[in-house]
Amino acid sequence: MKPAPFDYLRATTRAEVHEALDAEGGDAAVMAGGQTLIPLLSMRMARPTVLIDIMHVGELGGISVSDGAIRVGASVRQAALLDWPELATHQPLLAITMPWIGHAQTRSRGTVCGSAALADPSAEIPLTMVTLGGEIELSSSKGTRRVAAEDFFTGLMSTAREDDELIEAVHIPCSAAGTGHAFHEFARRHGDFAIVACAAVADTQGTRLGVGGLGDRAYACDVGTLEGSALDDALTEFANSLDARDDLSASAGYRRTLMRKLGRQTIEEARRCRA
Amino acid sequence: MTDARAGWLGQSIERVEDAALLTGRGRFIDDLAVRPGTLHAAILRSPHAHAIIKTIDADAARAAPGVAAVLTGAEVTAHSSSLPVGLRANVKCWPIAVDRVRYAGEPVAVIVAADRYQAEDALELIEVDYDPLPAVVDPSESIAGHAPRLHETLESNVVSDRSFRYGDPEQAFESAMHRIAVDVRYPRNACTPIETYGVIAEYDPGENAYDVTSNFMGPFTLHAVMARALNVPGNRLRLRTAPDSGGSFGVKQGVFPYIVLMSLAARMANAPVKWIEDRLEHLAASISATNRVTRLEAAVESDGRITALNYDQIEDVGAHIRAPEPATLYRMQGNMTGAYAIPNVAIRNRIVLTNKTPTGLNRGFGGPQVYFALERLMQRIAVELKLDPLDVIRRNLVPAGAFPYRTASGGLLDSGDYKAALDCAVRKGGLTELQSRRDKARAQGRLYGIGMTAVVEPSISNMGYITAVLTPEERQKAGPKNGAQATATVAVDPSGSITAHVSSAPQGQGHRTVAAQVVANVLGLRPSDIRVVAETDTARDPWSIASGNYSSRFAGAVAGALHLAAKQLRDKLARTAATRLNVKPEDIAFAEGQVMARGNPDNAVAFGRLAATSHWSPGLVPEGGEALRETVFWTPPQLEAPGDGDETNSSLCHGFIFDFCGVEIDPVSGALRIDKYVTMHDCGTVLHPGLVAGQVTGGFAHALGAAIYEEFAYAPDGAFLSGTFADYLVPTAMEVPEPVILHFSTPSPFTPLGAKGVGEGNCMSTPVCIANAVADALGVANVKLPLTPAAIADLLEARGTSS
Repeated sequence: MKPAPFDYLRATTRAEVHEALDAEGGDAAVMAGGQTLIPLLSMRMARPTVLIDIMHVGELGGISVSDGAIRVGASVRQAALLDWPELATHQPLLAITMPWIGHAQTRSRGTVCGSAALADPSAEIPLTMVTLGGEIELSSSKGTRRVAAEDFFTGLMSTAREDDELIEAVHIPCSAAGTGHAFHEFARRHGDFAIVACAAVADTQGTRLGVGGLGDRAYACDVGTLEGSALDDALTEFANSLDARDDLSASAGYRRTLMRKLGRQTIEEARRCRA
Repeated sequence: MTDARAGWLGQSIERVEDAALLTGRGRFIDDLAVRPGTLHAAILRSPHAHAIIKTIDADAARAAPGVAAVLTGAEVTAHSSSLPVGLRANVKCWPIAVDRVRYAGEPVAVIVAADRYQAEDALELIEVDYDPLPAVVDPSESIAGHAPRLHETLESNVVSDRSFRYGDPEQAFESAMHRIAVDVRYPRNACTPIETYGVIAEYDPGENAYDVTSNFMGPFTLHAVMARALNVPGNRLRLRTAPDSGGSFGVKQGVFPYIVLMSLAARMANAPVKWIEDRLEHLAASISATNRVTRLEAAVESDGRITALNYDQIEDVGAHIRAPEPATLYRMQGNMTGAYAIPNVAIRNRIVLTNKTPTGLNRGFGGPQVYFALERLMQRIAVELKLDPLDVIRRNLVPAGAFPYRTASGGLLDSGDYKAALDCAVRKGGLTELQSRRDKARAQGRLYGIGMTAVVEPSISNMGYITAVLTPEERQKAGPKNGAQATATVAVDPSGSITAHVSSAPQGQGHRTVAAQVVANVLGLRPSDIRVVAETDTARDPWSIASGNYSSRFAGAVAGALHLAAKQLRDKLARTAATRLNVKPEDIAFAEGQVMARGNPDNAVAFGRLAATSHWSPGLVPEGGEALRETVFWTPPQLEAPGDGDETNSSLCHGFIFDFCGVEIDPVSGALRIDKYVTMHDCGTVLHPGLVAGQVTGGFAHALGAAIYEEFAYAPDGAFLSGTFADYLVPTAMEVPEPVILHFSTPSPFTPLGAKGVGEGNCMSTPVCIANAVADALGVANVKLPLTPAAIADLLEARGTSS
């Protein structure tokens, strides 16, 4: 398990990163925490010609709040966001979901933006962003742009990021007063990838449920104020719309059934939480 | 034996190994310095489960930067012989694919290069042209006539079909009130030690001799296998173990074909070669425990007493019948009736090949497979005859006064009081309270079940048990194989301090600690006064084919041999002391670092001073009293070769285990929660309670993995699906609850210290105990391991949601 040969660039400015991405494009890999990339390199499942290490670019750090959203810079580690004292105040759902990301050890190295870049279908950060309607901020030598989470996560481990783009930051909306949040995840072991993950946000207008683990990416649906069998029907329809996979852990049928039950529990809890 | 219970034995002293291991000073094989010029190997492995190798083009690889040599099947067959197999079969077994690949991950080529990075780069330049063949992964399918045949030289994939008959099973079945049967499958798994295989091999062309260091842990029967394969007599294969090994659980027995492969690589490359296996290689191509299909039928009286058992076992050993198989099957030959007094037994054993990893030693070694069938059967008997499962077990247990008890198939159970142990466990573990907990939970509509199991845990294998696979006539021709020799040495140095050596290769069990206790106990010293060497060098150390760590033989056999060696040394020292102190040798006592006249402690000499006499003033030592080094080769007489009726005493010692547990099932997810797990062990004399608790807990954790999380899964085409730890789920500390560990003790009359093995028991008891609890919770007859949430959800759905 030794990587194929690669060049390593330890960037110190944003411009250096853009320059390398312009030069190498799809043959370059941006490395932040490396928690997924390094095992992939070792197994030779990824063979970038150059590894661009962005963790020493000062401009890419920082957690701030502006325009009603939390902005998390590219080099911010998951543990740092979890430790941020204002997290639970500004977005309780993040505070609830993030402890489920991997293990304390991986969170101490892995980054928030890195999780968005990887776009694993059962990952908590993409799920939270799709549920809350967050945005991903991208930059390149040509400029910057923002993409809504719903449009950014395009499929299995795929995003709308172009080869010459760097994820600058993610923006996660702050929660409004009187909003209820809940999260449930089912996995085989502590820290494992979710088999099914459900995140719910409930306010006066209604409830939105986000689901991870059931398709090629996280998906969300609005169930309004539906209850009882009407809610069950809506959840069934939602579950059936998702292209769930059979794998070693579970069959598609099992995932759908679990999602309907867990989804309902999560919705009800978020609504109770509003009070 | 009476002095064995005094002093240091039975105390949980701090382990001598830990200071180094916990501060990063362990000397594992990858830490060892190697000679300058040592090269590194990487292995190209088959992506196919079954295919003809048409051509291998390694020209580009040979020319790649840093590459010194490339080996394929051609080079290996030219310079070595087939690995001998454990039974008579017209088939060869090589450490690399020759003409054909038969399991995904099988070695196809070896690159030797300046470093592992360059070696792996060069692997990608090797072009292999495969002609894929249909594969078979299910043993029941492999037995069928139309299954793809793995070896052209064999008539079928069934390499052995042996039947055994003990007592009069036909008569018992005929007159039985009831016939109750189970059909079970035991899945593939392995103990995945945290440190993988490692080999450093050198070849000396001048002497045509190989020198290998590896984290191999025995049995050293495999030394003969390796030497024969390398076409050298035993004294030209020097095999040394690494000082520290990061876990083995039997699995590091399977490094031996890689030792042969890397030895040949060193020869071809004309340089020492080092190979450290990575995790991807380990999961696919180290070893696996066998998976087995069993139909077990019992002749049962109305009160639940079993009068006969009929086993039909189909053992899947993977793509090759590689040594030491079929040991997994025959290790239990003397124990097929478990903890029960059942006089009539019929067994049919078929050994079948499939396109999967060849199998080998793995903690529990044949026990999990047997007990899953037997103990599921015990529960089914209770359910079908509407009896209390505890009563069914109790009624069948070997009675107290019957020990040493000869089982129907020839095993000799050394000691035990099974009924008393069971009653003790029920009482101290709180079975009644657990039953009312179950009743309350069920009243609330929750899915709660209780399972229980009684297991006899064999330890210290009879090296002859494997010959039970041969017929009596074949055994006659081959000559007898039996015994379980253990070797230990105690030596004095010129300063009078003591070094002990055991022919052992421990992997973290704490053997050096226990060894120090044993010797200190005999010589009246402190354990910290004794230094223990637990490494084996076949060129320099006393060893035998039975040397090594497997079948939990340390406490009984190895520590026992050490005790005898220490006593021999003590007796010789006593003679010198007697002359010096002017008393009789029988009146000499060893205590607190002094050697004294019993009854007159002032008439004494310091141990160190006395001990050094043989070095400094041998003239003062009476004849026969030279005490410099005592080596004991101990072999227990009870381990005879299998008899003409195939009676096999497969192990020397037998511990007794009784487990019960309460589990709850989440109806939403199918997840299993262990509410309480009680495990009671009788392992004879306990030498170090902390280490025993460690062994039980570790076995429990491994067993939990086998029961709930782990399976080596294969696609129908033989693709290996459990390639990383993201797919093969090993339980972490968060998943393993703390078991309630209870003790009972009936010392073994067959070992010097009365100790029995204890390392493997829960691997045999826990999976079926949990399975029984789930079956009880759901009211179902068939449960399959592993009990994943999805599997339990299927069971729930199949039975309908009404409880």
